[in-house]
Amino acid sequence: MAAFPRRRLAAVALAAATALLVTAGCGGGDEPSDGKITLTVDVFGQFGYEQLYQEYMAANPDVKIVERGTGTNLDEYSPKLTQWLAAGRGAGDVVAIEEGLLVEYKANPANFVNLLDHGAADLKGNFLEWKWNAGLTADGKQLIGLGTDVGGIAICYRKDLFQKAGLPTERDAVSKLWPTWPDYIATGERFTAAKTGASFLDGATNTFNTILLQTAGNTTGYSYYDTSGNLVVDSNPSVRQAWDTTMDIIDSGLSGKYGSWSEEWVSAFKQSKFATIACPAWMTGVIEANAGTDAQGKWDIARVPGNGGNWGGSHLAVPKQSKHQAEAIELVKFLTSAKGQIGAFKAKGPLPSSPQALDDPAITGASNAYFSGAPVGAIFGTGAKSLKPVYMGPKNQAVRTEVENAVRTVELGQRNPAQGWTDAVTNAKKAAAK
Amino acid sequence: MTVQLDARPPVVPAPQRSSGRLSRLDTRLSPYLYIAPFFLLFAVFGVYPLAYTFWVSLHDWDLLGADHPFVGAENYTRLLADADFWHALVNTLGIFVISTVPQLLAALWLANLLNRGLRARTGWRMAVLVPNVTSTAAVAIVFGVIFGREFGMINWLLDLVGLDAIGWKSNRFASWVAISAMVDWRWTGYNALILLAAMQAIPRDLYESASIDGANRARQFWSITVPLLKPTIIFCAIIATIGGLQLFTEPRLFHSGTNPIRGGPMRESQTLTMYMFENAFAPHYNFGYGSAVAWLLFALIAIVAAVNVLLLRRLGGGDRPQKGAAR
Repeated sequence: MAAFPRRRLAAVALAAATALLVTAGCGGGDEPSDGKITLTVDVFGQFGYEQLYQEYMAANPDVKIVERGTGTNLDEYSPKLTQWLAAGRGAGDVVAIEEGLLVEYKANPANFVNLLDHGAADLKGNFLEWKWNAGLTADGKQLIGLGTDVGGIAICYRKDLFQKAGLPTERDAVSKLWPTWPDYIATGERFTAAKTGASFLDGATNTFNTILLQTAGNTTGYSYYDTSGNLVVDSNPSVRQAWDTTMDIIDSGLSGKYGSWSEEWVSAFKQSKFATIACPAWMTGVIEANAGTDAQGKWDIARVPGNGGNWGGSHLAVPKQSKHQAEAIELVKFLTSAKGQIGAFKAKGPLPSSPQALDDPAITGASNAYFSGAPVGAIFGTGAKSLKPVYMGPKNQAVRTEVENAVRTVELGQRNPAQGWTDAVTNAKKAAAK
Repeated sequence: MTVQLDARPPVVPAPQRSSGRLSRLDTRLSPYLYIAPFFLLFAVFGVYPLAYTFWVSLHDWDLLGADHPFVGAENYTRLLADADFWHALVNTLGIFVISTVPQLLAALWLANLLNRGLRARTGWRMAVLVPNVTSTAAVAIVFGVIFGREFGMINWLLDLVGLDAIGWKSNRFASWVAISAMVDWRWTGYNALILLAAMQAIPRDLYESASIDGANRARQFWSITVPLLKPTIIFCAIIATIGGLQLFTEPRLFHSGTNPIRGGPMRESQTLTMYMFENAFAPHYNFGYGSAVAWLLFALIAIVAAVNVLLLRRLGGGDRPQKGAAR
């Protein structure tokens, strides 16, 4: 009898071995047979790389580039990227990392190739200094990614709706309407009084983030976290100031309450339901994709109230799990070169982070036909070199989500401003502790 | 019987001993081999993830982090004190109740209709299954648009009859109703077909004798059909419980835009699986905490399924005659 369990065990083991052999037979290589190397590039939103890929593949006939993720929301993209990194496979050979998430990824630098080991140090002069530094780990020994774009901010507006409301439509005159945010609100009240059937702005959350990053850039240099990584959501005056201004916008009934990036938001673009939107350089590509060809020439770009500001911008990194690291690094260098950044800007509008590109006539003289020929190069590029970066803390994305949701609850009338602020602070603290 | 005979050969010539041992091995081993695939697959896809999730839930496990310190039951104690967790639990149960109850009642009614002599019967029976064939994602996205605040069809219809628009995504109860509508649209036909199959197995003579005794259709339905369908109804209820408590795709895709995993700005329709995802993946990447949610969800499903069985047993009244006879 004593032998029996052992025999049973042996039987199970044998069965297991057989099954494993069978399943193992199903695995196989995924390399194409034509000898070409396939490089996968993971992006979100609109990076504008299609033309550059064609160029690169023409110059490197043994490389084939496949891009995934254009048009996806950052909220869909970043969890996937994290899962791929955690699982050790699945990520592209080149991955885009947005500035708000960079700190989280930098906390575990082992997931990425150190670009300093591959001659990236020579490229330092090709990037704005703070953009270069953002790609470095805290100890400065590893470079996670090379910068792609920065997010200089403007206001994009609908000329046709402004005309309907009896407001000036010419971009310089529009810029003069709102030297400050209170002026912007006053203009909005004039617009609303004209009853055009459209709201003055899309939704409060994006505007809130714009004001916050602008205020923080001009004053403290940090938003939800201070530079030592402490959560300061309730003590940083920049956060409170952005909150109060946003509450004024909501109180004045200027918001169309379209949740950013939602289906409704996209529909509202198509149906011309709002007149202005906070517009980082990369947003121009989003507007064009959402509003479609029907709205071509109806949009224009004016300067942002207040003083400058930066929202967004990304880095390109090479995960350690890539099987073609050397080739991927070359591609990253190409895409983030001044030439690559100019190409992306021309295609979809992300503003270069390379001073050489910013000085290039291709940028300084650039205009955007979709936005009534607005001189986008001059609007976004001027001041880009003097942009002051805003420090993003370790749980920036989670905290930002909580605060913006609090803005949203006030906007939808679920909470009053005071309750909303309490929610924002409590939930932000909770999120930061998770 | 043959097994016994082969296993004990009293007189075996020496050269045949090895083949005898082989055949003995065969009789001992082969049954295990035959059932092994199930247990193997169950071990790989059932037991291992279950055990691993539990192991993870005992650690402070940042998804990208290199170190995962052991924290014991801390994730569980924190979770039990987490208001958002209980909020998600209430959402899940709320959506479960207002989707499952009408769904099973409607399925029963549909099955009863389909069980009658209809023209093009097969056509109707196939037709009720069509929603189930549709991709959940497509259903959720379409319903998400139909229930839109400003551009949605439902609010447009409400406006036509002079009613105020409803914030389907930012009102807790309204979002439950919208999501339940989605679930029911998809699953009622499926349950109706299962119930129909069971109905057809009920002997006709029971109905005949009942009608001779003067029982009308409704009486027949409640006194014959429903009691005899009890095991099938229990099956449907348990399947609906498992599906309902794990509801994810519908509420997740119902919301779009920034951070839809919250299920609305104040977590109006965030289910437990969504809360699990929010913690294990974006934006928190706290795998340990997410795993603890998964385990509590597992416990919850077990409890609700048990309650289901008890309730439905009682619902059917005493044991049926045939069941007693079979024993």
